[in-house]
Amino acid sequence: MNGFSASRVMAVLGKEFTQLLRDRLTYAMILAIPIVQLLLFGYAINSDPRHLPTAVLVQDQGTFSRSIVGALQRSDYFDIVRDARSPAELRRLMEHGEIQFAVTIPGDFTRRLVRRDGAQILVEADASDPAATGGAVAALAALPAHALMHDLKGAVAPSQGTAAPFEVVVHRRYNPESITAYNIVPGLLAIVLSMTLVMMTALGVTREVERGTMETLLSTPVRPLEVMVGKLTPYVLVGLIQAGVIIGMAGLLFDVPMEGGWLALGLGLFLFIVGSLSLGFLISTVARNQLQAMQMAFFYMLPSILLSGFLFPFSGMPEWARAIGTAIPVTHMLRVVRGSMLKGLDVAESLPSLAALGIFVIVIASVAMARYRTTLD
Amino acid sequence: MTLAIDVSGLDKSFGDKHVVKDVAIQVEQGHICGFLGPNGSGKTTTLRMLCGLLTPDSGSGEVLGLDFPSRAEEIKRRTGYMTQRFSLYEDLTIEENLTFVARVYSLDRARDRVDESLEKLGLQHRRRQLAGQLSGGWKQRLALAASILHEPRLLLLDEPTAGVDPQARRDFWHEIHGLADAGMTVLVSTHYMDEAERCHEIAYIFNGELIARGTAEEVIAESGLVTYEAVGPRADRLASELAGARGVAMVAPFGQALHVSGTDRKALESAIAPHRREPYRWAEVPPTLEDVFIRLMGRAQAERTAAA
Repeated sequence: MNGFSASRVMAVLGKEFTQLLRDRLTYAMILAIPIVQLLLFGYAINSDPRHLPTAVLVQDQGTFSRSIVGALQRSDYFDIVRDARSPAELRRLMEHGEIQFAVTIPGDFTRRLVRRDGAQILVEADASDPAATGGAVAALAALPAHALMHDLKGAVAPSQGTAAPFEVVVHRRYNPESITAYNIVPGLLAIVLSMTLVMMTALGVTREVERGTMETLLSTPVRPLEVMVGKLTPYVLVGLIQAGVIIGMAGLLFDVPMEGGWLALGLGLFLFIVGSLSLGFLISTVARNQLQAMQMAFFYMLPSILLSGFLFPFSGMPEWARAIGTAIPVTHMLRVVRGSMLKGLDVAESLPSLAALGIFVIVIASVAMARYRTTLD
Repeated sequence: MTLAIDVSGLDKSFGDKHVVKDVAIQVEQGHICGFLGPNGSGKTTTLRMLCGLLTPDSGSGEVLGLDFPSRAEEIKRRTGYMTQRFSLYEDLTIEENLTFVARVYSLDRARDRVDESLEKLGLQHRRRQLAGQLSGGWKQRLALAASILHEPRLLLLDEPTAGVDPQARRDFWHEIHGLADAGMTVLVSTHYMDEAERCHEIAYIFNGELIARGTAEEVIAESGLVTYEAVGPRADRLASELAGARGVAMVAPFGQALHVSGTDRKALESAIAPHRREPYRWAEVPPTLEDVFIRLMGRAQAERTAAA
């Protein structure tokens, strides 16, 4: 009777498998999580992103300019997506995050080049995410030596051993020293908020169902909207406190700048908190127990961390991954937070991201409300 | 006579499972109606439909004089519902639970009502104790107190005394009768026959269908059941010999005694005739509710099999 019994082990083992197979969601998650992780890490994430969106402002209409633009394109790091007409346009494109690089070839470029009078091109990089620009900036170093190899012949050919024919001036904007914390810390705000808020609400509501208190609650005159508002408001407060702590610590401990854009940040925070809570509420209307709620929240966090541009550059991801990323609120929240803290963007400039968050809130909250029942049907 | 519940044609399906079939319930105001039936027969579903927790597929009538189910919200407001499982907040104190209920119902004098309720419960000195720490009997009393805090006119109790000791059960029923005397209508589901006998009337549901209704005496009389009891050393051993004999609808051991029942007196008597010898003493006894219910269940089952 005593001692180790293999048949008793088999009994427990068999029972465990049966329970596992019966809980289909858990089973699906066990398979889905590694597959998703593998796909995301394998295909979507690229820490040396190429084909970064670049705009050029060519003020010097000459062969050399065309050759330089061609060389940039050929380097694989730069995708010339726009021909800007003015410095103002370049600035606007970069503020809106449409381009990662702005290349300016000044009007006197050819003249200076020919005269060997310190020809320069200006490359401005959006360094708010240092990882996204690092590889490309390194590639720029080789540009002067190669770009004009075929153009510079005869009189203007560089003699051996002399300096490169022109210089590339790189301006890292928004985070000139490429401090990783400047990028990660504001990003963490979005991640921490969604991690805690989605999970807390999802569990909070599922717990009531699991413990049976929901049945009592539903038998009272309390209305669905009242339950939702009442249950979620404390968490809005939790979210605001978390945000305050992170922003405060970002400044105190990591010297992350706060360039302004408080209103945009505040508006973004509000939308993001409400959206995250609504999502948690929605999860709780689907999950049948707290474990399932936890798994779904975790499943949501995967793309939020990997595809939002939090850890890995958004611009380095393939089309499909960016499409998924665009549907995730964290992506937009990251843009709002980084935009206001590092770039000082105001509401109007952050409008696309804020609007995306607004749409998310409306869609998720209405689906959650529609799914939440005053009855047990 | 005013009917607090007068509902008919109640139907409810979950997927392809027809859980409640054309059930009609009438309960007179101030009466306690026992709602009986085996597990899974549709009792809880019926109660949930009456208090608006579930939407019936069909069915109409009046509850507390309000049209059912169109005015379910108003009915809900005037109805107290106590769930089968303890479903107050275990991580709130006794007082906090009651206060929460008072506020959800937007009751006036909330504080006074909670105090009165605590006093009635005899829990004033334990008001700050977490509800989760209470014993089964106390939890049940607290749940009852919470469900009547808003002074409902109809009280629906779903197996309120499951897992509660006999003394607590007796106290509970005492309280229920007190509430009914004050005019509250009570519909209570139970598995206990002694509790069924404490009700003014009973309704028996099996497989979603209402198969008997009336006072306990009426239900027993209508069954047409004749019961003989054999007493003697290990009379219960006769069970296997008598079961299935012609004229015997059912045999049920009661400790060392045996109840043998049938609807045809002649056939039943001839069936037990060979066993009317020492050491057994036989006597006709009035059938108990339990005899009747087991009989009703068996008959309903047989009819279903025959129909299928």
